[in-house]
Amino acid sequence: MFGFEGDTIASALHAGEVKTFSTSLVYNNPRGFFCGIGKCSSCLMRVNDIPNVRTCIAPLKENIHVEIQNRLPDLPKASFEQIPIESLSFDVLTIGAGPAGLCAAIEAAQKGAQVLIVDENQKVGGQLIKQTHKFFGSKQEKAGTRGVDIAKELENELNILKSQGKINVMLDSTVIGYYESKKNHLFGVVKRNDYKSQFLEINCKAAIIAVGAMENMILFPNNDLPGVYGAGAVQTLMNVYGVKPGKNVLMIGAGNVGLIVAYQLLQSGINVDRVVEAAPRIGGYHVHAAKLRRCGVPIYTSHSIKEVVGKEKVEGAVIIKLDKNWQPISSSETIVDCDTVCLAVGLTPSTRILSQINAEMEIIPEAGGYVALHDESMQTSVKNIFVCGDSSGIEEASTAMIEGKIAGISSALSIGVTKDKENLLKYIDELKLLRAGPFGDKPRAAKKIINKLVKI
Amino acid sequence: MKKIVCRCEDITEEDIIKAIDEGYTDLEELRKKLRIGMGPCQGRVCIQLVIRIIEDYTGKKLSKVSYPNPRPPIIPVSLGTLASDKHEKKG
Repeated sequence: MFGFEGDTIASALHAGEVKTFSTSLVYNNPRGFFCGIGKCSSCLMRVNDIPNVRTCIAPLKENIHVEIQNRLPDLPKASFEQIPIESLSFDVLTIGAGPAGLCAAIEAAQKGAQVLIVDENQKVGGQLIKQTHKFFGSKQEKAGTRGVDIAKELENELNILKSQGKINVMLDSTVIGYYESKKNHLFGVVKRNDYKSQFLEINCKAAIIAVGAMENMILFPNNDLPGVYGAGAVQTLMNVYGVKPGKNVLMIGAGNVGLIVAYQLLQSGINVDRVVEAAPRIGGYHVHAAKLRRCGVPIYTSHSIKEVVGKEKVEGAVIIKLDKNWQPISSSETIVDCDTVCLAVGLTPSTRILSQINAEMEIIPEAGGYVALHDESMQTSVKNIFVCGDSSGIEEASTAMIEGKIAGISSALSIGVTKDKENLLKYIDELKLLRAGPFGDKPRAAKKIINKLVKI
Repeated sequence: MKKIVCRCEDITEEDIIKAIDEGYTDLEELRKKLRIGMGPCQGRVCIQLVIRIIEDYTGKKLSKVSYPNPRPPIIPVSLGTLASDKHEKKG
């Protein structure tokens, strides 16, 4: 097998048409990856005898030995090399270097805080690096710019602050837990290097949680076959690594993500059989739907996926028409010929660290699920713990960036490294303006409840 | 052909409905009985699906439910890494 520098193990395997990474625990089913961004555990493999390596984010290196992880694995033969635990202290820890986290870290550092930013990936930018389309929204928030270029702009700003010694960047590292501490806040971080890892204790006065979201899964027979992928995974494969996820794709979901990813698949020379949407109307912007239709891709509203067909991988799918009450209409099935089923059925905020911190959480359907309550300054119910971006409620990159800026300034104000409140109010107003349109109805409602319920 | 709810522990929709029929109607009980959400991803894929199954099947609204608390480490980490000796404090 071979790959390119910057590939992950999973992207190189896909390029070589290997899509089965493990066999499942009870039924011995073949499993491939699903989320493609290190969140779902479907891509775990044995690398150089180390089990449970998340191959979708683990960098590809020369001369490594990658094995399918079996249902009942042997004990690892890999020898353990002790790397001493390190303790470090910072003013502000930012977890996640996507649009929200980057803006938060930059803003906090500019206000005078010593910042550490930690991210699981090899690159900063989060999901922006796979967004090859131009953004909508306001000019100030970079509308008209491609997501991948916004990531570059933010990375440049980050690098300037890094060279001035104001920000430390820790990549290929994961915050694995929150621990009790007499002073400030204490987090555990695992930093990986050549599949070996080091544990670090990070003590900080404030922490900003910007860990994004997780792709939603839906229930249908064979929903775990290799070839059933989240939209983010498909976008990652083709736009970040230049690997075609399949030849013929069935897209589930006609929200903006489904429509945009379907169009990007066409741009990559992959056939999109059709887009299926359970709701009676298309959820995303009209321009995205119109682009697809002009290319001859039909969008079936009031339709859902009934099952996937295949033994070792996706070999086709059956879709079914839904009635007014979203119930399947009998004998309305259609067989779709496809080798990939892409799920773009919404996102769920990632909140594991927030629940460990004991931030007050609530299920807010408009925000995409279980979220940490927070005030307008993005502070949660725990003092000096801030949240921003998708992990504070599912929205868009443009609002995530402003939320990040607000969280960054608020953290600096709260720990007393600055007294300058001026921009804070400006950003809060900008955020309100961005949410003023009809597509802002849902987040506006969500944030209203979230802001109202929080008690700090 | 199975409808998998929890990919880590290989738990199907059928398993969950069977457990609900046996009287395990609470998220926490189902978790302890079936190990849903206790695999390497710690419930990131399955919990929202399980909540929907309980709601649809029992007609009980779970809006006030609290999610199981994910414990550290939230990703797979070798025990050796966690058990390493400590450096002198710096920074």
